[in-house]
Amino acid sequence: MSAPTGITRATLLKDLRLEWRSKDAINSMLFFSLLVVVVFSFSFDPSAEESRLIAGGLIWVAFLFAAVVALNQTWARELRNQVLDAYRVSPAPANSLFIAKTLGNFIFVTVLEALMTPLFIVFYRLRALGPAWQLLLVAVLGTWALVVNGTFFAAMSLRTRSREIMLPLLLFPISIPALLAMVQSTTAILNGEGARFWIVLLVTYDLVFTTVCLLLFETVLNAE
Amino acid sequence: MKKAFPILGVLTAVLLIYALYMALVWAPTEKTMGNVQRIFYYHVPSAWTAFILFFVNFVASVLYLIKRKPAADIVALVSAEVGVVFCTVVLVTGPIWARPVWGIWWTWDMRLTSTLVLWLIYVSYLFLRRFSSSGQTPTLAAALAVLGALCVPFVYFSIWFFRTQHPQPVMGGGGSIDPRMLHVLLINWLAFSCFAFLVCWSRYRLEKLQRDVDHAHALASLLDPRGSGR
Repeated sequence: MSAPTGITRATLLKDLRLEWRSKDAINSMLFFSLLVVVVFSFSFDPSAEESRLIAGGLIWVAFLFAAVVALNQTWARELRNQVLDAYRVSPAPANSLFIAKTLGNFIFVTVLEALMTPLFIVFYRLRALGPAWQLLLVAVLGTWALVVNGTFFAAMSLRTRSREIMLPLLLFPISIPALLAMVQSTTAILNGEGARFWIVLLVTYDLVFTTVCLLLFETVLNAE
Repeated sequence: MKKAFPILGVLTAVLLIYALYMALVWAPTEKTMGNVQRIFYYHVPSAWTAFILFFVNFVASVLYLIKRKPAADIVALVSAEVGVVFCTVVLVTGPIWARPVWGIWWTWDMRLTSTLVLWLIYVSYLFLRRFSSSGQTPTLAAALAVLGALCVPFVYFSIWFFRTQHPQPVMGGGGSIDPRMLHVLLINWLAFSCFAFLVCWSRYRLEKLQRDVDHAHALASLLDPRGSGR
């Protein structure tokens, strides 16, 4: 196994192992997501037929807020004991670290989505009128879009004042096209309409932003 | 260089006054909307000026990432600040125009929504500038500017598709424009561009001075271990 993939694998496994033992991120994400769902349920009747039109948006808002919880803790562990500084001076490529962190966050948010989806189906009495497998595709593409930009901006916010609020401030505007695509495609699939345009947009967005984040991460990590 | 600034200032002032006269008096009154339509001569040139400034921000940020010249960083900062101001003008004149014409303050039509998202992206850039410590700010901000600029085509494309699925009233009336109106529009754009350039130049000089002062203070406190009383 080459050095970069070895580093990625090692970092990813370390993060997953730490998370499995403490379950900090997943617990807080889950509870936060649940709270968001309950609060939203006060603003409209969740079981009505019309809920199918807004459910897509609500689901993604809940996932977005939960993702921010996960992203905020991405680099927190590395800051303690100067792990990040040690990484900087080592010859290890920065992108391996970035991919490992992004994959870790992707796994956390995907686990959250898998746990929350049955809850959504029950709370909003959802039934997909369109092909349900496309929802899976939208979930994967959308989560990746949030997580790749989020991990990048989390690294950017590390030495800013009000670190925790900087991440959503930077992430949300840039994610708007992806969010629009996620919400519109989910709504379209739930209502039996075509979502091809939005899925293609998500794929393009993911490709472009993953490339740019990979190109710029080393610069951001070493910005001093 | 120093002499050019007041000369350009006077020229810009004259041009702005001329453009104002053209917009409010000389331009023909629009058939359906009447005199309210004249805000068009502020709404559209502000938008074009903002777009140009954001493009300058993108180019300066890329230049900074490649060459690491402080001047490029200052140009990026300045163009983002002035661009946000012009974008705000667009977002304020839009509703002012919409209210008498459509009876509503805001509509989520393609143009206004895209401009709002553009504004949000560059305001977040300014937030990063303000909240990060001075060591890494130029590099981080440049990276964010590149990401933001790359996001812009996605924003327009996605909102265009979103809104053409559900047709909404389009502001500013489509179709051809009266050549006299086009003439006034271009004059206003020229005046706004000159004004934007003037403000950017002024802000550039201010920022450069501020950085030189900070640098001098830092140097002084390094050389004088008892503290320089800053």
